[in-house]
Amino acid sequence: MDLAFTPEELKFAEEVRAFVKANLPADVCDKVKNGKHLGRDDYMRWQQALGKKGWLVYTWPKKYGGPGFTPAERYIFENICAEEYAPGIIPFGTKMVGPVIYTFGSDEQKQKYLPAIRESTVWWCQGYSEPGSGSDLASLRTRAEKNGDHYIVNGSKTWNTMGHWADWIFCLVRTDPKAKSQEGISFLLIDMKTPGITVKPIIMMDGGHEVNEVFFDNVKVPVANLVGKENEGWTCAKFLLANERLGIAAVPQSKRGVEALKEIARAETDNGKPLIANQGFAEKIADLEIQVTALEFTELRVLSQMAHGGQPGPEVSGLKIRGSEIQQRITELTLEAVGEYSAPYLPGLLWQGTNEAPVGPDYAHLAAPRYFNTRKTTIYGGSNEIQKGIISKMVLGL
Amino acid sequence: MDLSLADEQKQLQDAAERFVRDKYAFENRRKIAATEKGFLPENWAQMAELGWLGMSFSEADGGYGGGAIETMIVMEQFGKGLVLEPFLPTVVLGGGMIAAAGSAAQKQALLAPMIEGKKQFAFAWLERQSRYNLADVSLKAEKSGSGYTLSGHKGVVYNAASADDIIVLARTAGGAREENGLTLFVVDGKAKGLTRRDYPTQDALRASELTFDKVSVGADTVLGSVDGAHPVVEDAVDRAIVALCAEATGCMDAINAATLEYIKTRKQFGVPIGKFQVLQHRMVDCFTNAQEARSMTLMATLKIDDKDAVVRRKAASGAKVQIGKSGKFCGQSAVQMHGGMGVTDELSVSHYFKRLTMIDLMFGNQQHHLTRYSNLAMAA
Amino acid sequence: MDLVLKPAHREFAEEVRAFTRANLSPATREKTFSGKHYGRDDHVVWQQALGKKGWLPYTWPKKYGGPGFDVTQRFLFENVLAEEGAPRIIPFGVKMVGPVIYTFGNDEQKERFLPGIRSSEVQWCQGYSEPGAGSDLANLRTRAIRDGGHYIVNGQKTWTSFAHWADWIFCLVRTSPDAKPQEGISFLLIDMKTPGITVRPIIMVDGAHHVNDVFFDNVKVPAANLIGKENEGWTCAKFLLANERLGIAEVPASKRGVRSLWQLNDDPSLKEKIADVDLQVQALEMSELRALSTMQLGGAPGPEASILKVRGSEIQQRIAELAMEAVGEYAAPYQPDMLFRDTNETPVGPDHAPPAAPRYFNMRKTTIYGGSTEIQKNIVSKAILGL
Ligand SMILES: Cc1cc2nc3c(=O)[nH]c(=O)nc-3n(C[C@H](O)[C@H](O)[C@H](O)COP(=O)(O)OP(=O)(O)OC[C@H]3O[C@@H](n4cnc5c(N)ncnc54)[C@H](O)[C@@H]3O)c2cc1C
Ligand SMILES: Cc1cc2nc3c(=O)[nH]c(=O)nc-3n(C[C@H](O)[C@H](O)[C@H](O)COP(=O)(O)OP(=O)(O)OC[C@H]3O[C@@H](n4cnc5c(N)ncnc54)[C@H](O)[C@@H]3O)c2cc1C
Ligand SMILES: Cc1cc2nc3c(=O)[nH]c(=O)nc-3n(C[C@H](O)[C@H](O)[C@H](O)COP(=O)(O)OP(=O)(O)OC[C@H]3O[C@@H](n4cnc5c(N)ncnc54)[C@H](O)[C@@H]3O)c2cc1C
Repeated sequence: MDLAFTPEELKFAEEVRAFVKANLPADVCDKVKNGKHLGRDDYMRWQQALGKKGWLVYTWPKKYGGPGFTPAERYIFENICAEEYAPGIIPFGTKMVGPVIYTFGSDEQKQKYLPAIRESTVWWCQGYSEPGSGSDLASLRTRAEKNGDHYIVNGSKTWNTMGHWADWIFCLVRTDPKAKSQEGISFLLIDMKTPGITVKPIIMMDGGHEVNEVFFDNVKVPVANLVGKENEGWTCAKFLLANERLGIAAVPQSKRGVEALKEIARAETDNGKPLIANQGFAEKIADLEIQVTALEFTELRVLSQMAHGGQPGPEVSGLKIRGSEIQQRITELTLEAVGEYSAPYLPGLLWQGTNEAPVGPDYAHLAAPRYFNTRKTTIYGGSNEIQKGIISKMVLGL
Repeated sequence: MDLSLADEQKQLQDAAERFVRDKYAFENRRKIAATEKGFLPENWAQMAELGWLGMSFSEADGGYGGGAIETMIVMEQFGKGLVLEPFLPTVVLGGGMIAAAGSAAQKQALLAPMIEGKKQFAFAWLERQSRYNLADVSLKAEKSGSGYTLSGHKGVVYNAASADDIIVLARTAGGAREENGLTLFVVDGKAKGLTRRDYPTQDALRASELTFDKVSVGADTVLGSVDGAHPVVEDAVDRAIVALCAEATGCMDAINAATLEYIKTRKQFGVPIGKFQVLQHRMVDCFTNAQEARSMTLMATLKIDDKDAVVRRKAASGAKVQIGKSGKFCGQSAVQMHGGMGVTDELSVSHYFKRLTMIDLMFGNQQHHLTRYSNLAMAA
Repeated sequence: MDLVLKPAHREFAEEVRAFTRANLSPATREKTFSGKHYGRDDHVVWQQALGKKGWLPYTWPKKYGGPGFDVTQRFLFENVLAEEGAPRIIPFGVKMVGPVIYTFGNDEQKERFLPGIRSSEVQWCQGYSEPGAGSDLANLRTRAIRDGGHYIVNGQKTWTSFAHWADWIFCLVRTSPDAKPQEGISFLLIDMKTPGITVRPIIMVDGAHHVNDVFFDNVKVPAANLIGKENEGWTCAKFLLANERLGIAEVPASKRGVRSLWQLNDDPSLKEKIADVDLQVQALEMSELRALSTMQLGGAPGPEASILKVRGSEIQQRIAELAMEAVGEYAAPYQPDMLFRDTNETPVGPDHAPPAAPRYFNMRKTTIYGGSTEIQKNIVSKAILGL
């Protein structure tokens, strides 16, 4: 057991830092630094740079084109990317469908889909949730009926993050309506350009458009796009949910968020002094920082288990719970730091990146929308109530 | 000691409830928010007609002799409907300060038309550095001839675009953050040298940044005594805080009711999600929080006219702490219990949540008022 | 609507204060302010003085010998007593069994039992909980079998507060084992001197002896001691639980606790925590006043009283927690003699240090007894929210 990095690891860290500095587009870096919203192209340029280097799929095994990072390298990579203001890697391809394909897919599927995910030339989105199936995912009703060498898909998915930017969607669909709810589900890959697919925006409470409803009206999907066996999609779904929960703790981003918060607290005044000198506020930041540290060490412990051959198990749920609460707390304190100057709502600046001048400092107009938006982190990827249900059943045996 | 409403007060409550029901169905509010002014002049006229704009002022001042209880009653209903008309800046703050500090002539010229619905006000005190310190004011008013020249900046001034007059807190003497040396001016909204940048706020109200570039005003625009505005402002803001608390109480009732309804009807795993004990207990905590908020608002309403300034201040701060805490709890819980639907713009919950959030930040958040309360309690 | 006291109420408050100062033993008062445990006499002597004055059953209607206080007087009475350092009135007689008897009992029972409760000549304890029936009270199994003019009682009660001081116990017993759990229960009054009853102490986390196990071995109880009808005891139980929940908020004592926190605080980082609990007490008090005001207008304390119990108990815990935090490391020395006995031992640290940690430990009970917080929330969620 050792907290210090080896000389090789330190060398690796330098390599990552140099790479990020050289390859992260300056405008993208700026946007992240200032908490601005990123467009599709912003994510793509950075992910493609990583793809070229072979680092985009940094969690994948070597066999499938991953760089084969050790847990320490993974940790270093994620932290340095965050420290250097790289955008978060969009998880749907690299962390979700990719691993499902290389674990459950056929060789043709691996050849067809994995390269584009590794290189980020295709944008994926996740089609799990439906209006009637959120926490109770297994109740999903989008139907896929086999018709020769195609499935005909009918139904609707909802909450598709960035579905309006996506080239492909991976879906859970019901192939056997008579089986028990978990047993009649299949995992299907669908080209978003297929006729019969409509994407309708859902506007979030901060006014932003990041999620969508996706409607399927007699959409013809080749049977070759089925991953794993028909009616065994739930296995893929569960596997993927465990992966999703790990990334979602977002520790490096939270560390960066705490630093950003401190900077804001230094810039804001309170009775003529920097806000950070206000004892009550300083204690809140300290409390938050301690929570982040505790989470980071818990995550390191999980990674180390995985290095010794374990799979991430249900205890990963604990990471998602705390990670999401911490993300919320950061935005809550940022809002508190900004105070009344968070009131102006400037949608042009916020969403269109117009060159409208901000009211007050540039960070002010972002504080409230961020706080509102981040309420999502305890809901998506399995709500915190559901995560606690899982832990109590799987870990505590209740 | 008596905690029940008098008959006329019950009637007022019914009337306000009816107003909100008729005018502020959720989709209607969305439309009102999108209009040019962000509220409906016809609603304002109706409030005048119903006597609401004058109810809290003494008969001597042309009002109808009510007080803080009446304000509480209507503000609570306004909270239930997320009413957008500028009652707080115009009546509670503007009208309140004119009634408290104005000369007979000013009351005649300003208060009387306000009560008739013909004048609106805005209160400009905040500056970039002020945070919640009402004395952290640097906009300068310098004597020039018989009048004054105002130069400087004011931020997040609610209702400035619609206000006929803007009540400006300016520094006439003293250094930074000194309580002495502050003076209130009633400045014409169209005064020369005054420029505005208007914008909507997170919770669909309207506010502006104001720049004063050598705005000349007469000596007759001074409201109250020169250099002596601080106690007037502190009292007015404390009253506004209590009114905001009442509004927040209404918001909490509405958001709790909507959430309760949702968890009774939304089904997952074959049952209404309200069958899950975690949600049940959280819902109970929401109701407890709203009850406490109501209790503290009532307490503050009944103490805000106390002769002892310390009692008044502790009451306002105490209620604001509770509202901050309860509002956050109810708001965050409502969103969480709605799942994905809670974070969208589509349902009313997110709109109540945003309003509750901004109420906490107005005139001092929970932390600020906890500090203020504890300092007052320690000194006592 | 206002908070102003009428002159008659102000005079009343002064009368209560004068009475308390004249009749409360200084030694008892001192125990209150130093956080020591009371003995039986501290309670009984004081309650008997209140009884003589006619104030002990201050919540009872005039008809049954109550003083007929209005809501404001009740409020003032409780507050002045707490301010003057009176021990809380032990609820089992006055607040629990008394109202059950005058509501559900027959005339002989009223004549026989109410005077002893009003005067505090007779001490009562509550026999509800059993080892297998805590939150799930209806699961109780202590059996009472009718045998001519008597019931023969067998079984065990537990957590019985002050059973070692009590003359009588009121019990929930099972009279019909075949009925649905709630339907076979009866409400029985039992003389603690009846042969076959054994009381065994349970020592609490702080070393105190408040609660007991009570064993019943073929205890003969006259059928005349049955309150209400046989097998309808659950109605009495529910009625009583609602009463219990209201009193349990303990606002006046918490106000006293907050006042002493403000006094012993010399640590600036604590002051905001104290302010916060101070405000919680104020909110609770206003909520209780609002509930009382509804009662005055004819309503009964319903399930919403559960909320008062929940918050009241959390606040009591928080006050104890902050008192311990204020003491810091000097909370560590355990000096039982200074808590339970009259002794001239001196405290290791400051005067207020010895009871700080024991009190914190002890106060954990408040969210458990009288129906735990979780159970209260279940009740509210079902009865008020309709979930
Ligand atoms: C006012 C303000 C100022 C700030 N200033 C700075 C600053 O100066 N410097 C700084 O470093 N940071 C700052 N931050 C914090 C910083 O913005 C965040 O840490 C950072 O934006 C995280 O961005 P990301 O691209 O990594 O997003 P990610 O968290 O990676 O998310 C990317 C997108 O994917 C979606 N998503 C992720 N996971 C899932 C999932 N499992 N299911 C569905 N959707 C998912 C998210 O909703 C999001 O839309 C600031 C924050 C605020 C509020
Ligand atoms: C911003 C955002 C992005 C998303 N992106 C995607 C995406 O890209 N692809 C995708 O497929 N999905 C996505 N989702 C959907 C997300 O996974 C669901 O919102 C989530 O699973 C919750 O489902 P729901 O919204 O239907 O809430 P519900 O399931 O209706 O839950 C409502 C409330 O009830 C609680 N609850 C439900 N069941 C229980 C129980 N058994 N015990 C206790 N409490 C319970 C929940 O915790 C919640 O508080 C996204 C959601 C959001 C908000
Ligand atoms: C100091 C003290 C004095 C007491 N005095 C008396 C007395 O004088 N007379 C008397 O009759 N009794 C008395 N009691 C007993 C008291 O009423 C019980 O302790 C109480 O009802 C809880 O029962 P239990 O201890 O068996 O806990 P359990 O019922 O075993 O509960 C254990 C935990 O499970 C939780 N729980 C149980 N059921 C549920 C549910 N459905 N949903 C969610 N959570 C649940 C509880 O909240 C608790 O946290 C006293 C207790 C104490 C501690």
